Amino acid sequence: MSSATFRIWRGSSEGGEFQDYTTEVSEGMVVLDAVHQIQAEQANDLAVRWNCKAGKCGSCSAEVNGSPKLMCMTRLNALPLERPVTVEPMQAFPLIRDLVTDVSWNYKVKEAIEPFAPREPDAPDGTWRMEQYDVERVQEFRKCIECFLCQDVCHVLRDHRLHGEFIGPRFFVHAAALEMHPLDTADRTTELANDHGVGYCNITKCCTKVCPEEITITDNAIIPLKERVVDKMYDPVTKLFRMFRS
Amino acid sequence: MDNESYQSSEYDVLVIGAGGAGLRAAIEASAAGVSVGLICKSLLGKAHTVMAEGGMAASLANVDDRDDWTVHFADTMRGGQYLNSWRMAELHAREAPARARELEAWGAVFDRTKDGRILQRNFGGHKYPRLAHVGDRTGLEMIRTLQDHGIHQGIDVRMECTIVELLKDGDRVVGAFGYDRERGRFRVFRARAVVLATGGIGRAFKVTSNSWEYTGDGHALAYRAGADLMDMEFVQFHPTGMVWPPSVRGILVTEGVRGEGGVLRNSDGKRFMFEDIPELYRSSTATDEEEGWRYTQGDKQSRRPPELLTRDHVARCIVREVKEGRGSPHGGVFLDIAWIRKRLPNGAEHIRKKLPSMYHQFKQLAGIDITEEPMEVGPTTHYVMGGVRVDPDSQMSTVPGLFAAGECAAGLHGANRLGGNSLSDLLVFGQRAGRYAAEYARAQTPVEPAQDQVEALAREALAPFERAGGDAEGPYQVQFDLQDMMQSQVGIVRTQEEMRKAVDSFEGLHARAGRVGVQGNREYNAGWHTALDLRNLLMVSEAVARSAILRKESRGAHFREDHLEKDPELGRLNTVVRCGEDGRMQVAQEPIPEIRSDLQQIIEDNK
Repeated sequence: MSSATFRIWRGSSEGGEFQDYTTEVSEGMVVLDAVHQIQAEQANDLAVRWNCKAGKCGSCSAEVNGSPKLMCMTRLNALPLERPVTVEPMQAFPLIRDLVTDVSWNYKVKEAIEPFAPREPDAPDGTWRMEQYDVERVQEFRKCIECFLCQDVCHVLRDHRLHGEFIGPRFFVHAAALEMHPLDTADRTTELANDHGVGYCNITKCCTKVCPEEITITDNAIIPLKERVVDKMYDPVTKLFRMFRS
Repeated sequence: MDNESYQSSEYDVLVIGAGGAGLRAAIEASAAGVSVGLICKSLLGKAHTVMAEGGMAASLANVDDRDDWTVHFADTMRGGQYLNSWRMAELHAREAPARARELEAWGAVFDRTKDGRILQRNFGGHKYPRLAHVGDRTGLEMIRTLQDHGIHQGIDVRMECTIVELLKDGDRVVGAFGYDRERGRFRVFRARAVVLATGGIGRAFKVTSNSWEYTGDGHALAYRAGADLMDMEFVQFHPTGMVWPPSVRGILVTEGVRGEGGVLRNSDGKRFMFEDIPELYRSSTATDEEEGWRYTQGDKQSRRPPELLTRDHVARCIVREVKEGRGSPHGGVFLDIAWIRKRLPNGAEHIRKKLPSMYHQFKQLAGIDITEEPMEVGPTTHYVMGGVRVDPDSQMSTVPGLFAAGECAAGLHGANRLGGNSLSDLLVFGQRAGRYAAEYARAQTPVEPAQDQVEALAREALAPFERAGGDAEGPYQVQFDLQDMMQSQVGIVRTQEEMRKAVDSFEGLHARAGRVGVQGNREYNAGWHTALDLRNLLMVSEAVARSAILRKESRGAHFREDHLEKDPELGRLNTVVRCGEDGRMQVAQEPIPEIRSDLQQIIEDNK
């Protein structure tokens, strides 16, 4: 058995510092295991948020050696253990304590997005018919586990702090899942352009790179939404048509 | 602390727990026009429902039109070895299809049949393909659908909040007392009715698929409020959890792997499940590998392979193989889905498509490509069939105003739960609990909980901080010791002698739990939270052990090496646990209500 050092952020919104903890590591361990071991043996009050420990709930998001990661899916053998492994909280959200951030903003954002509105059922028994081919597009978006790592890495939120004007990649994925849902009848393009700030995204694809569910966020969700906005609001023919109608 | 004011809220219905059952209950109560508070121990949408993989059982008959509610009912009763509440099994089988369709109306996107309807898959103990699913992430689809629908229904959601105790006025439950995790501030919730939907007790065991939250909170809150618990000896050990590497031991490997054609082999390469097929299932099990394969590929004339027998049986067969020296290198057996590449031209792609999160999970956590090589699997604590004893129709417990739904309620699953029946359980009985809690609440006047009761609870909750420092033990070691003890002495294979030892050790563990100290302050302090959860964990563990001692037979998930056979007398009795007037735990056996004759006939017809 060998040991490794973890440089973990300890503190609250009022300040804090990195502290080094050395603990034993064994085969197959992930970063979350090391954090738990440190919590149980050296720092009982170390704050860390986690649930399933299997990459399915998206609770244990943090930055490991500077990259946004799920701690439960980051194996130690993929990290250079000869130097300390830094573990710090996500930077795009206010800190609560240690590794735990206040992600409640995300929940408020979702509430502001126009909800699912299905068309009338296709069959007399109140059910619908959908082709597997048509649902697969949406199923990709619905894999999202709401870990918010894409929000954390997005420079519009992380660096420019435009939380009031921009809903972030997670919620463009959410909006795309609704917009492309075969049964949905609502139209969210105006709110996407005006209230949700889809124009701020300049397609650097950082979100796609960090997504633990490997959702092709930029290409499959954000770009098609941008296209819809352009088609509806800026297409000269449509614009002309609208002018005449009004 | 005396000057601390407690933030107080008032609702008609307070729902504790925000997994599938809690969310469904809250949505229903809110639709009934009453005010609803919803308490999540974690963030919204992270509860254990998210982990459910295989699917949701409902006799939609989209894939096999021979299916209907009567067959689902009979399958559920057979799986539960007839200890089930027959009324709950009936309601569940009848109402599950409507609850599944409703999810679709709220935006769920299930996999489709060729004619565009909800696709259904095979699962252990279900006669026909019955599980509506989305690949192997059905639970995520379900909780996200309920969450995204629920947030527009005017429900007041309290995230990261833990309930420490229910508040009572005389016999009636009138609210709950808890704290928010973020700052550690105390909270008083007044309510005319309370619904418990807190899930299971998996953290009482060392090897478990359950997260830190599953400390039996609802079971313990109900018990301390005077409610009966029932059938606590029945703990489901899922046959296929990961066994290697050590840090992922216990993480679930969905039954869907076997549903898609995965087979279990021992170290000799033998499919050992063919060797021991219980009498109850002989006529419905394939006689050879060929027939089993045809079944998994949808051939209606074929019978299921023995890998799809009920979970209790498969788990014990795995334990036997390991014990007799035919296990895999890390103490499990082999689960092989890669072999289907010999049968299907696009096998590897098929596996990645049907089992994407399993592919991902093994690739990332164990460095194994499941389309190339077999997985190593072994049993893991997964689910508790026992729980709060409820009225089958309304889900009200034996305490007025206190309801329970989902895993923390007893009755539906009897001695063993069929895979896929949990997600449908959450919806069917979540909906019912929400409806009846709202109805009950309307008829009540609100009551102000007694201030001295609240203050006493606050003092008790803060006591671990006062004991910090010196030689006070931390909470984690007590929890580890309890988990070790339950795993080894009240686990898959049980004996009188070991369980007696377990019961004797509770006194010592209780005393240690009562002395633990915690460092730091009240903000997001996991040590403190663990210290407070300990007494719930100890309470439910003791209920499991004492109930298991009383049931001197082997039935369903409860297997006793010293009583290998079923006892027909005990098959007519439920085990009931309640808190005696002296504060000691009482365990008794009470007769199951006589089954309605039309339902008995359905069982006979499906034998």
